[in-house]
Amino acid sequence: MASLQELRGSIASVQATRKITSAMKMVAAAKLRRAQEQAEAARPYAQRMERMLASLGASVEGSPGAPALIAGTGSDQTHLIVVATADRGLCGGFNGNIVRRARLLAQELTSEGKTVKLLTVGRKGRDQMRREFGDSIVHHVDGLGRRSVSYEEADGVADVLRTMFADGEFDVCTLIYAQFKSAIANVVTAQQLIPAEAPALAEGEEEVDLGGAVYEYEPTEESILEELLPRNVSVQLFKALLENAASEHGSRMTAMDNATRNAGEMINSLTLTYNRTRQAMITKELIEIISGAEAL
Amino acid sequence: MADNKVAFELVSPERLVVSLPVDMVVVPGGEGDFGVLPGHAPLIASVRPGVIEIYEGREVSDRIFVAGGFAEVTSERCTVLAESAVRVSDIDVGRAEKDLQTAQDALADAGDDGARADAERRVDVALGQIAAVRRSAMH
Repeated sequence: MASLQELRGSIASVQATRKITSAMKMVAAAKLRRAQEQAEAARPYAQRMERMLASLGASVEGSPGAPALIAGTGSDQTHLIVVATADRGLCGGFNGNIVRRARLLAQELTSEGKTVKLLTVGRKGRDQMRREFGDSIVHHVDGLGRRSVSYEEADGVADVLRTMFADGEFDVCTLIYAQFKSAIANVVTAQQLIPAEAPALAEGEEEVDLGGAVYEYEPTEESILEELLPRNVSVQLFKALLENAASEHGSRMTAMDNATRNAGEMINSLTLTYNRTRQAMITKELIEIISGAEAL
Repeated sequence: MADNKVAFELVSPERLVVSLPVDMVVVPGGEGDFGVLPGHAPLIASVRPGVIEIYEGREVSDRIFVAGGFAEVTSERCTVLAESAVRVSDIDVGRAEKDLQTAQDALADAGDDGARADAERRVDVALGQIAAVRRSAMH
């Protein structure tokens, strides 16, 4: 049985751990609120853009002059997977879930004989993907959103994507991120960024009914698409990064809440052992004194 | 919603700026300003840097500067996706003039087409902001 002093030491160390995890939980909760507000505020833009793109996309579908960002390069040999994770750990299964999804997708594509390239956003994603796919990582970005993700940062990453696409370095680009649901739930999502996919209609949204009329375009369909498509890449990326940030803080809050609770349980059971041991020693000493007195 | 209103929405990447039914809205389209009244023909247009005017009755109730973007119009709604949006009354002329200066410098130094296009766009935005403030001061 551990000595009293050892027990005192381990109680103190678990108490210190609990202090840290509970502080981290509170910091995460504060950051989560801001990140969640930002993510929710950014949703309308991305949705409207998708809707506009859907109506534009439908009208150019199959036409030979359609831009490559929506029509594709005509091949799907080289895939670029953008893995968006956090820079920091201690957030439960958040990074692990995203990486697992990315790994599955990469393995699936490789087994189909496709070339896979990776672009990692966030330090944790790179560290974990590097073990298996070290040679496939073509670009890495981190340090995004120290305070909060800005549109300019997302645009910077999107710029890298657009340049690579223009140079013919990949045919299809898929983005993997965690969509924020609530503080305790997020859904790892794979979204095809390039060529742009007309999204399925969101729940509760109705198909735009033009009553048989056709959109007019000003100046022309092509020039609008030419401007809209690159923007769409930035916007979708921005949305994904915001969702990711909110999910990260939510996961961290939950993980730290659990850790705090576990530490509390551990302190309770250690304190119980400590008290029992102390009592046992007192009893032992008493017995020794009494039996000593009786012997006289 | 009443039949004689247009559901107007102005969204920037960061947030939904305005969402309300209006009588008429004038949007600075890439090929000239256009007004949207209820029952407008479906239209998708590019938007140049300029001022969106929202009309309540015959009066302008709000002026918002947008730095370019896109507009989608159907018979009952008008959605503007703006790169950035700021109320004309909130524009900081001093900052806009400083922006104009740096953008013009950048334009002079621009090495390739991409940088030049970017600088030109920034010059347009800054000029547009200054013009918007001057114009609203006259009203």
